[in-house]
Amino acid sequence: MDDLSRFKQTYFDESAELMAVAEAGLLRLSPGDVDMDEVNAIFRAVHSIKGGAGAFGFSELVAFSHEFETVMDELRNGAIPVTTDLIDTLIRANDLLGQLLGCAGDEIDPPPGLTDDTVAALRHALAANRTGDPPQPVAESAAPPASATPDDEDDEAGIFGDALAAIHAARADDDPPGTGSGTADRVRWTIRFRPKSDLLLSGNEPAYMLRALRRLGEADIHCHLDDLPALADLDAELLHLSWTITLTADASVGRDRIDDVFEFVADDCDLQISADAPLPAVVEPSAPAASAAPPPPARTEPSAVPGPPAAQTTTTPATTSPATAKSDGAKTDGPAKPRSGNSGGDHGGLTTHTIRVDLDKIDRLVNMVGEMVITQAMIAEHLRDLPPGQFQELQEGLEQLAQHTRELRESVMSIRAQPVSSVFSRMPRLVRECATMTGKEVLLATSGENTEVDKTVVENLVDPLTHMIRNSIDHGLEGPEERERIGKPRAGTVHLSAQHRSGRIVIEVTDDGRGINRAKVLSKAIEKGLVQPGASLTDEEIDNLIFLPGFSTADQVSNLSGRGVGMDVVRRNISALGGRIGVYSTPGEGSRFVLSLPLTLAVLDGMVISVGEERFVLPLTNIVESLRPKPVDLHGLVNKCDVMMARGEYVRLVYLHRLFGIPKAVDDATRGLVVLVETEDGSRLGLVVDEVLGQQQVVIKSLESNFRRLDGVAAATILGDGRVALILDVAGLREMSRHSGDSDRARPTATPTPALAGPSPRQRQTV
Amino acid sequence: MSMSSSMALATVGGSRSDALSLNGTEDQYVSFTVGTEEYGVNILAVREIRGWTPESRLPNLPDYVRGVINLRGIIIPIFDLRARFGGGKTEVTKRHVVVVIQVGERTRGILVDAISDILAIGPDAIKPPPDVDSGLIDAEYLSGLYTAENRMVTLLNVDKLFANEHGDHQDPVDSRAIAANAATP
Repeated sequence: MDDLSRFKQTYFDESAELMAVAEAGLLRLSPGDVDMDEVNAIFRAVHSIKGGAGAFGFSELVAFSHEFETVMDELRNGAIPVTTDLIDTLIRANDLLGQLLGCAGDEIDPPPGLTDDTVAALRHALAANRTGDPPQPVAESAAPPASATPDDEDDEAGIFGDALAAIHAARADDDPPGTGSGTADRVRWTIRFRPKSDLLLSGNEPAYMLRALRRLGEADIHCHLDDLPALADLDAELLHLSWTITLTADASVGRDRIDDVFEFVADDCDLQISADAPLPAVVEPSAPAASAAPPPPARTEPSAVPGPPAAQTTTTPATTSPATAKSDGAKTDGPAKPRSGNSGGDHGGLTTHTIRVDLDKIDRLVNMVGEMVITQAMIAEHLRDLPPGQFQELQEGLEQLAQHTRELRESVMSIRAQPVSSVFSRMPRLVRECATMTGKEVLLATSGENTEVDKTVVENLVDPLTHMIRNSIDHGLEGPEERERIGKPRAGTVHLSAQHRSGRIVIEVTDDGRGINRAKVLSKAIEKGLVQPGASLTDEEIDNLIFLPGFSTADQVSNLSGRGVGMDVVRRNISALGGRIGVYSTPGEGSRFVLSLPLTLAVLDGMVISVGEERFVLPLTNIVESLRPKPVDLHGLVNKCDVMMARGEYVRLVYLHRLFGIPKAVDDATRGLVVLVETEDGSRLGLVVDEVLGQQQVVIKSLESNFRRLDGVAAATILGDGRVALILDVAGLREMSRHSGDSDRARPTATPTPALAGPSPRQRQTV
Repeated sequence: MSMSSSMALATVGGSRSDALSLNGTEDQYVSFTVGTEEYGVNILAVREIRGWTPESRLPNLPDYVRGVINLRGIIIPIFDLRARFGGGKTEVTKRHVVVVIQVGERTRGILVDAISDILAIGPDAIKPPPDVDSGLIDAEYLSGLYTAENRMVTLLNVDKLFANEHGDHQDPVDSRAIAANAATP
C-alpha cells in the first residue's frame, strides 16, 4: 500500500514534467509550421500520462487523456490539419489534464461534467477535419476510423501501457498483407525481440507488439523458451520469453514503422532489426549481432549459421531509432524517460544523469553548510585572539578551510538553483492570452532562460513577472493599427531577459510600445492625491509613481489590468525577496522594467550594527548611507520626535534603543551614528545606533519556527561568535516608531513601549 | 518523511510514556531548583541540559522571555522560570543551567538554578495541586505535586507553561497580562 503511494507520487512528479513538455510543445505549435517531432513529443507525453493513470485506476484521467491522445494521434498522422482553434482546444485540454491530475493527486473526484466541453471540442475537431482532404499521403490508409471509436483494445492499451501506438500503426495498414504486390517489392525483416524480464512490470504487453507486427506484413513468429525456468522457480510477473520474427512486408513498410511498434519499449529490450534481400526462409536462431551488438547473455546459441548479411543491423538498447532520437532532441534536457544517446553498457538506456531528490534533504544539507560557515567564522574569530606569528600553520589551514567552505556553500546552493526557464516558459501562454484579450499583436522574445537562481526565488518570480508582462501588453504596447500609423511593425515585441550581474540576477521586461505617458501619470497621481499639486518631479520620479499603491492610468478597468493593484504588488513582492525594481522609459519607444534579485533567499548581505550590548543586522538593500550628524543638523519636531537634515531633506530619527528598550546605549545621535535607511516604498528614516561594525553575509534563520514573529524583526541569524543577532525589518521599525512618537522622546529603558499595544488606526490604514 | 528526527523522537517518547503509565509503571521526571522551590518535568520532554550561555535579547517582551540562543544552528527562545513565577529576573551565573525541552514541534529552553534529581514517579504518587484561587496561581500548567523524601516537587505541564507564547500572531498584550497575573503573589 505504502509502496503504491510512493509510485503514485513518482507518477505525479513525472506527469507534471510531461505536462510541462506537452504545454511547451503546444505553445510552439502554429498553423502551417508543424514540427512533427513536437507533435510526437506531445503525443508521447499525453500517452504516458494515460498509461500511468490506467495503472493506478484513475478512470476519468484515462478517459479524458484518451480523447486528447486520439486528436494528437490524428495530428501526427497528418489526418487533421493544425489550426489556431485546434491549438487552443488542445491547450485547454492540457489544462484540464492538469486539473484531473490534481484531482487524482488529492484523491477527490473531479467535478462532474468538467471535461464535457473540451471532449466535445476535441471530438468536433476530429469530425470537422476528418472530411477535409488529407494533406499528406500517409493519411490515405488511415481512413479507417482509427481512433474516434475507442474499442476494447484501446482501453486495454490504456491499462497495459503503450501498445496503443502499435495498434494504430498496425491498423493504418490493415490491408498490406492481403494485397501482396509481388515478392519483388517485398522486403524481409528479421527482428529479434528480447525484452528484459521486467518488461511486464512497466505495463507493456509484448503480445500487442507482435500483433502489430503481424499487421505490417506476414510475420513468422518464433518464441524462444530457453530461458524459461522450471515451474517451481517461475515468477509470474517476470517475462522469460523472447522472440524472433521474420516479417515479410511491403517495401513501403519502412524501418521506421517497425521501430514505431517498439517505440515505447526501446529502453526495456534488446532489439535487433535487420533487413535482407528476399531470401529463403530462415533460421530460427537469428543473426548473432553485428560488431556493436552486445552478446545476448543467457541465450547462448552461437549459431553456426551466420545469418543473413546484416544489411542494416542496428541494436536498440540505449541507442534510439532515428525518429525517437530526433524528438528527444526537441525535448532538450530533462526528458521524463531519459534515453541518453550513449550506448555505454548494455543497461538498456537506464543510464541517466539526473536524480530526483527530496527537497527536505537538500534543505538539510543547506542548513548544515550554513552551520559550517558559522563555525568556521567562529574559529577564525578565536584565532584572531591568539598571539600573532605563532600559529602560522593553523592560520594557513584555516584559510584553506574558509575557501573550501565557501566552495562547498556555492556548490550546495547550486543544487537548489534552477534555471529561470521554468518561469519564462509560462510566459508565452500569458502573452498569447493577453494578446487575444486586448486585440493586440504581440511577439515574445526571451533570452537568458538558462540563468540559474535559487528555487525559492524562481517560485516567487511568477507573480511579479505575470503582472509586469500583462502591464507591458495592456499599457505599453499600442494596438496594431496605431502601430502601423506611427511606422512600427504591427506586432509589438515584449522582450524578457535574465542574466547574472554581480551576484544578483537581473531580469528585464522590455517592450517597444508607447512608453510611460508622464503627463498622464502625473495628473492621475495628483488626482488621486498621491502627489501634491504643483510638485515638481523629475522624469524618473514620475515614472516611479506607477509603483504607488492604488495607482492606475488605464482609463477603464480592463480584464487584464487597471484595477490599481499590480505594479505596487510587484514592488512589494520583489522587495519581500530582497530585490529592487526600477523602470526606464522613453516616450514613443517603450519601457524597460529592471528587476534585480538576490540569487538565494538563504543568505543575506547585511550590515552588522551595535546598540548597547546587542547587535543587529540591517539588510544592505535598505541602507542608503550612515553618518554622524552634527548638532546643527538635529531638530526637534513639535517636541514629539527628532528630525535630521540629511542631503537637503528632513528625515525622522528613530532611536533603536528606545524602540527596543535596550539599556546602556548611546542616546545622543551626535555621539552615535545615524544609518539612513529606505523602505521599499521609498520613504526614508534615520536609525540611531551606537556603532556600525561592518558588512557581512549572514545565513537567515527563522525566529518563528521555535518562537514567534516579532515587530520590527524580519528574522535572525548567527554571528561569527555563535551569538544570535536579529535581522531588522525596516518597514516594521517605521511602523513601530510612527505611533510611539512620544515614547521616543520620553526615555523608557527596558520597559515595553506602547508601540505594541495594538494596531493604531493609522497602522491599519497603512498596512 | 518531512518529519524532523527530533519530532519523531518526541512522538515515540510520548506513546511510550502512555504505555508506561497504563501499566502502572513509573514515569521519570527531571527535577530542578529555582530558588528554594523544586520543579519537575517529564524526562521525555527534555532534549538536553546545557550550561548557561549568554542570550540575545528580544525587544519588547515580558522579562521572563530572556531572549534567544543558538542551539547548534537553530534559534530557540529561553524562558526564565523564576521570572515566569514572579520571582524577578534571574541574575545568571555560570552555574545556571538551561533545560531544553521539546513542546510539539517547537524547541525551547528554560533557565533554572540547578538540576537536582531524576525521579521515578508512579501515577499514584502524584497528588493534585491544592485548590487555589485561579487568580492566585494559574494552575493550568501544574500537573501535580510529588513528595520526594521531604521535599515537595511541583510537576510542570510544559505544554501549558508557555502556551501563550505558542501562537505566531499572538498579541503581546496578552502575554504581558498573563505575566502580570503570574507576578501577583
